[in-house]
Amino acid sequence: MRHFFILTVWLYFGVLLLGPILYLVLQTFGEGWTVFFSEITKPEAVHGFKLTALITGIVLVVNILLGTITALVLARQQFPGRTLLSGLIDLPFAVSPVIAGFMLILLFGPDTLLGTLFGAAGVKVLYALPAMVLATLFATFPFVVRELTPLLQTIGTESEEAARTLGASEWQVFTKVTLPAIRWGLVYGATLTVARSIGEFGAVLVVSGNILLLTQTATLHIYQSYVDFNYAGANAVALTLLATSFAILAVLEMARNRTTGRAAM
Amino acid sequence: MKIEIRNLSKKFGAVQAVTDVSFSVNEGELLALLGPSGSGKTTVLRMIAGLETPTAGEILINGQRVNDVSIQDRNIGFVFQHYALFKHLTVFGNVAFGLKIRRWIRPKTEERVHELLTLMGLEGLGSRYPHQLSGGQRQRVAIARALAPRPSVLLLDEPFGAVDAKVRQELREWLIRLHDDLNVTSLFVTHDQEEAMEVSNRIIVFSKGRLEQIGSPAEVYEDPATEFVARFIGSMNIVEGTVRRGKVEAGPLEFPTPAIPDGTSLRIGFRPYYVKVSEDPSHFRQQARLRHVYFLGVAYRLEIETAEGLLLRSRMNKEEFRQCRFQAGQLVSYAVTHYRILPQEGVTGYALETIPLAGP
Amino acid sequence: MNSRALTVLALRATAVGYVVCLILLPLVVLGHQAFLNGVGQFLDDITLPQAWSALVLTIEMALIATALNAVFGTLSAIVLVRYQFPGKWFLNSLVDLPFAIPTLVAGLMIAAIYGPTSFVGAWVERSAITILYEQPGIAFAMAFVTMPFTIRALQPVLMELEPEQEEAAYTLGAGPWTTFWKVTVPSVLPGLLTGVFLAFVRALGEFGSIVIVAGNIPMKTQVASVYVYGEIESYNPRGATSVSIAVLIVSFLALLLLERMTRPPGERFFITAARAESRTP
Repeated sequence: MRHFFILTVWLYFGVLLLGPILYLVLQTFGEGWTVFFSEITKPEAVHGFKLTALITGIVLVVNILLGTITALVLARQQFPGRTLLSGLIDLPFAVSPVIAGFMLILLFGPDTLLGTLFGAAGVKVLYALPAMVLATLFATFPFVVRELTPLLQTIGTESEEAARTLGASEWQVFTKVTLPAIRWGLVYGATLTVARSIGEFGAVLVVSGNILLLTQTATLHIYQSYVDFNYAGANAVALTLLATSFAILAVLEMARNRTTGRAAM
Repeated sequence: MKIEIRNLSKKFGAVQAVTDVSFSVNEGELLALLGPSGSGKTTVLRMIAGLETPTAGEILINGQRVNDVSIQDRNIGFVFQHYALFKHLTVFGNVAFGLKIRRWIRPKTEERVHELLTLMGLEGLGSRYPHQLSGGQRQRVAIARALAPRPSVLLLDEPFGAVDAKVRQELREWLIRLHDDLNVTSLFVTHDQEEAMEVSNRIIVFSKGRLEQIGSPAEVYEDPATEFVARFIGSMNIVEGTVRRGKVEAGPLEFPTPAIPDGTSLRIGFRPYYVKVSEDPSHFRQQARLRHVYFLGVAYRLEIETAEGLLLRSRMNKEEFRQCRFQAGQLVSYAVTHYRILPQEGVTGYALETIPLAGP
Repeated sequence: MNSRALTVLALRATAVGYVVCLILLPLVVLGHQAFLNGVGQFLDDITLPQAWSALVLTIEMALIATALNAVFGTLSAIVLVRYQFPGKWFLNSLVDLPFAIPTLVAGLMIAAIYGPTSFVGAWVERSAITILYEQPGIAFAMAFVTMPFTIRALQPVLMELEPEQEEAAYTLGAGPWTTFWKVTVPSVLPGLLTGVFLAFVRALGEFGSIVIVAGNIPMKTQVASVYVYGEIESYNPRGATSVSIAVLIVSFLALLLLERMTRPPGERFFITAARAESRTP
């Protein structure tokens, strides 16, 4: 019975996860290294990587800053509407990426109030970087907040109060006491943000217009190559992202162990 | 430093946590805030520290109103119930925290931290992390951390609550010695009346957010100002009755109540050591059955039951006990030698002193 | 004190303002757009044959994928918590991988291995079912992207399950079967339900992997998110809005039901994927 269970689990992981990964690796390198390298160094691919990195960087900074602030507010403050705020933060998990992108089109389309406003100011939101960043922000906002809020609640306020009685200012309390206590949780949430930003496709596809060498991210480039029957190109870039995923997974595991280890003591 | 509290009140939403509390703490005093949980004692301590803002009233430190002074500027050492040590810092880092905030130069910081670690018996533990310490050690690190920046007042919230009984006893004695050495004005919160009696110069008893009594341990014990204090501190037998013809009758017992009008409902209290018990059923006037004998280490507690079903507790020292040959269930005689009329609503100013009864 | 109160207010204003702009505003606009022409128009839009079949297909496939993960995910969680075996560490670290892999890449991988051109795909097609460009492919892609939910929701609950509770049941005279159903299952159920429902909601919205795997043939293998994408691309915002709102309503209903069934100690309205992903603090 025991062995049957273990075998079933291996099979489940094998069919769903390991098989597809291994096959992609084999297929890509089956074409040879040179094809792989020429595909990922194509200008379109390089531009895609750069754009993805740019969006991920912006989103990461915003999420770390505003995510931490929001988590602090949720964990440390009581005010009317707090429950509603907490519920709103979970919403992006329940919204399909395509729908998230579509909402931005409705918000910033040429006929809307905001669209006209930004248009008059000469800022192009839709089919440009701002909308792509907004779409990614929407999809990733919960990660840092949801990682930090429970963590802040468990560590409590006593250490922070202790620091205050010892003369620390609010900023010193945050940097010297709160931040060190939540840093691995923050790393975990930030890493999930990075993973999702790199992988975001649906929302970005809808708001970007998928313009070659302009608004085409790495995932959009994969999609375009696939649609154009350039499977080698799609696979090569996909494999590069997959390698990033493994690095992300390693950081996640490390952060997970650190936080649970700290909490245990 | 002298602390003065004037008409202090605190509301948390609709909950009145502290109501109109006034007292003062003298320079160098070691004072206990005693009360059951939820009595408001911790809230008072936190308001003095600046961790809570009073709803009404004033806090004066050395004659200066500090209500609007931030926590950071009150120069107070606060020891938290669960230590609240910084987990990511070593023992040294914890103790040095307040000094670094005050921008002490490094050699002075090191000197001060080592001085405190020595004082606290923590030599050689500077590089350990909090999770590598025992409960008693963590508590001492917490006190060292609070003392390091030379606070004018030391506030301790249930300082011995989270350690086991044996360590608690050591820490108590150690706190008394520390206070004798440093002579820093100290307030500590406790729910343990024995701890309050043993450690402090004076005790402030709280109940339901109100101040019940301030006094030396002996005063609070011998002369409780309210029924709550009488019940909360030490053990007390309490009976009820109505005054008739100048006395209260409670079962077989009679308590003269001079100058109290007939018909007044009263509560009478007497400490167990005022209940004398003899193995000779005719030695005292009243008889009862010995229900149980409890050995307390330094003394014995007897539980006797009168024919009317009244249960009374008596306390006897070892010498007295050895002279008798008590057996559970046997008939004994007893007498209540002293009693007091407990203060209560509508009956004030009467006989707070203990009244001796006539002998057998 | 004053500067502190100011900080508190400033932080709160920042958080509330940001969340309202980023999340609430777009949703309100979408809702407003959907019911601009009344509920009748909305119902007409979603009952168009192509839209309706996309919605039904999405829900069906999501249910299949969820059921699959519920069964095998529960088994995996139990095996990963209770058993010691070679490779356990390896499998345990792989669980989060679907969260780390871009869904589009997931779709690509599935298309590669289970497509007709691969020997695996050809073999599966001969002996069982066609996966790629058919409905099983959709369920498979959904199962891939939602794989971690059940496992990650159950693992901490199983680890925290105190043997004392089961032992207490035994001392009170309960047999192993009764103990399992009356003690073990009730304490694990909220975790399981959370994982299963979150996976379902996530599957409803899945796009990146499905758009590669499904073939997207209207009335046959076109799911709701792909339908919405098609409507956007063909400049038909009304159709896109209506189906979007329909999917959102199904998602919210599922989350409300979950809330009802688990009724957590907290006050939270929606239970989060983060809870499924996060471990006990």
